Amino acid sequence: MKKHLLLGAEAIAAGALDAGISGVYAYPGTPSTEITEYIQKSRETAERGIHATWSANEKTAYEAALGMSYAGKRALSAMKHVGLNVAADAFINSAITGVNGGLVLAVADDPSMHSSQNEQDSRFYGRFAMVPVLEPASQQDIYDATISAFDLSESLKLPVLLRLTTRLAHSRAGVTRAMPRGENPLHAEYAPERFVLMPYNARRQYEGLLGKQEPLERLSGSSPLNRMIPGNSSTGVLACGIAFNYAMEAKKSYGLDISVLKIGQYPLPRHLVEELFARCETVLVAEEGYPIYEELLRGWFDDRNIRGRLDGALPRAGELTTGLLAEALGVKRRETATVPDIVVNRPPGLCRGCGHRDLFEALNRVMEGFENRHVFSDIGCYTLGALPPYNAIHTCVDMGAAITMAKGASDAGLRPAVCVIGDSTFTHSGMTGLLDAVNERTPITVIIADNDTTAMTGGQASAATGSKLHAICRGLGVAENRIRTIIPLKQNLEKNMATLREEIEFPGVSVVLAVRECIETAARKKRSSGSKPANQ
Amino acid sequence: MQYDIIVSGVGGQGILSIAAVIDLAALHCGLHIHQAEVHGMSQRGGAVQSHLRISDAEIHSGLIGEGTADIILSVEPLEALRYLHYLAPEGRIVTATETVINMPGYPPFELIEAELRRTGSPVLVDAAGLAREAGSARTSNMVMLGAAAPFIALEQDILETGIKELFEAKGETIVAMNIDAFRKGLAFSQEHIIKES
Ligand code: SF4
Repeated sequence: MKKHLLLGAEAIAAGALDAGISGVYAYPGTPSTEITEYIQKSRETAERGIHATWSANEKTAYEAALGMSYAGKRALSAMKHVGLNVAADAFINSAITGVNGGLVLAVADDPSMHSSQNEQDSRFYGRFAMVPVLEPASQQDIYDATISAFDLSESLKLPVLLRLTTRLAHSRAGVTRAMPRGENPLHAEYAPERFVLMPYNARRQYEGLLGKQEPLERLSGSSPLNRMIPGNSSTGVLACGIAFNYAMEAKKSYGLDISVLKIGQYPLPRHLVEELFARCETVLVAEEGYPIYEELLRGWFDDRNIRGRLDGALPRAGELTTGLLAEALGVKRRETATVPDIVVNRPPGLCRGCGHRDLFEALNRVMEGFENRHVFSDIGCYTLGALPPYNAIHTCVDMGAAITMAKGASDAGLRPAVCVIGDSTFTHSGMTGLLDAVNERTPITVIIADNDTTAMTGGQASAATGSKLHAICRGLGVAENRIRTIIPLKQNLEKNMATLREEIEFPGVSVVLAVRECIETAARKKRSSGSKPANQ
Repeated sequence: MQYDIIVSGVGGQGILSIAAVIDLAALHCGLHIHQAEVHGMSQRGGAVQSHLRISDAEIHSGLIGEGTADIILSVEPLEALRYLHYLAPEGRIVTATETVINMPGYPPFELIEAELRRTGSPVLVDAAGLAREAGSARTSNMVMLGAAAPFIALEQDILETGIKELFEAKGETIVAMNIDAFRKGLAFSQEHIIKES
């Protein structure tokens, strides 16, 4: 049978297409972006008219997916781990309403923080919402699990969370695809007793959700994603998700006769875990992420027999590797060559010729004239402005926080209160903060670095750019004469500095739109208009 | 058989294309393949690497263990050293010699070369020069794939088929140029091997 070499992220997409989705709803974020991009480029999407346009943020994405499910069709929602913080309200409550058409939330976590601000573990959200969580281990496993996630969701009438981590999302292996199935027909039911979460309904629905917990555990017990690979030694590994691969690799390459319990579906199947503890004196709990289940197991069984991240057998933070598991299992660390001292870091930087460079150049020069030079910023390519040679920004916390932190600091008396946010981040979560500032006439200067795209994740379409951004700021109540536009180019330096200075000195809300297309995206557009689209 | 290859370079040097050709070739041979890529922030001129594992048996881990890589295939010499702890004691470095200097503190090339030579018999390739001979500096990555080919258990014509498939959409001239670049790298390595023995 034909094998497709797919990234883990793409395997989710392929699985969702073959499971008969009618739409994907997502906001880009590494390492989840390729899920949606694969669906956007697929033949099926063009032929079947599958919804695949980017949403403004993860919350609008998840809610739209819930709406599609309400109407009877299958929907996938995809995001990175921190994106689920944004969508959490909708996600947790959708477990109370339940779903109609299959609804799967694919979340890509980023342990070791390759391109994220934390390494939070989305399995927590799954437990929090009390829905099934699937955590497959290989690309084929991901593909198969995605299809079963839709089955589970439809039969249980619950959303299902599908979790993967960076190394799975961004590694390629062969996947065999199954026969695709058709989409669901439109079938919306009036069910206010489920979907109107007033206390009376919510209490009953919640009781129903609690009642499903035992059946969920039984399903985990019989899931092909959970299985025992028996060994004869007194040591066992409870290996969650990708950790299974490392456990098996350690078993094979060091000839360890360990038992491995592969966990790929939660809630944890108690009888399988008991079987592992009956077989083994010591159990290493290997989780890619937080020690969630290790903590739980330390309550279920004799704490002294359990090894993991909490007793230092494995490091508390960061990704796992075969080497780390092998060491935790008593294998001596391999002698390796050491990287010579001359190997200095090569940090990523803003592209040569990027408009953000000209913006930061101008902004730095203007800020030199002030005693307080704090610049609040946000998530995007422009975050690299925090590094030398610019050192231009001083915060980057979560999507949209540039504006609201600047507002709070301004309320505290910090002047000037300046912030830099990208076009896509502004429409994601910045607009509401700007409304707060407008309502209170807070003296802040919001610089929107409008490069016409979501550049950092590879140039996805942005929800609003150019004149649309201008209109949004107007609509939110920023005065027309306080919305200024600059073109960040070398030759405009003096002019841009003058505009920035005027707006920073203005004691009210002002917006400076720094408009220049991302050169990478522009080049990509040019290339793709010249050649055939990549075939999948 | 099993080959573990670390492919390294700087964002924009086309290391994912190297990996993609090896992937396609391995797939044609019915081998198992696992390729871990790095995306995201690291693309803006930062260090980029890919772990590539080819085997006739099932591959569990997508990541290569430290001290076990058969080859470090690098399109930039300092980047070859960055992953030295992955190289097996009998492993080999195949690297381009042209430096990419986009950060402070970049060491002089002589120091890099000395460190590379300490690993045994590295294949140091003037990939940029050979690529220009092939018609475009952008084919350096295919020169390097050619230079690494004698050390990977994949036949020349199967790798060339992979190159054709990868560049097909860009037209015949581009395909021919990349194949030429690949052959120049291959010839260079074969000579290196003869001199070595
Ligand atoms: S990708 Fe675009 S926005 Fe990002 S650094 Fe490069 S040119 Fe600037």
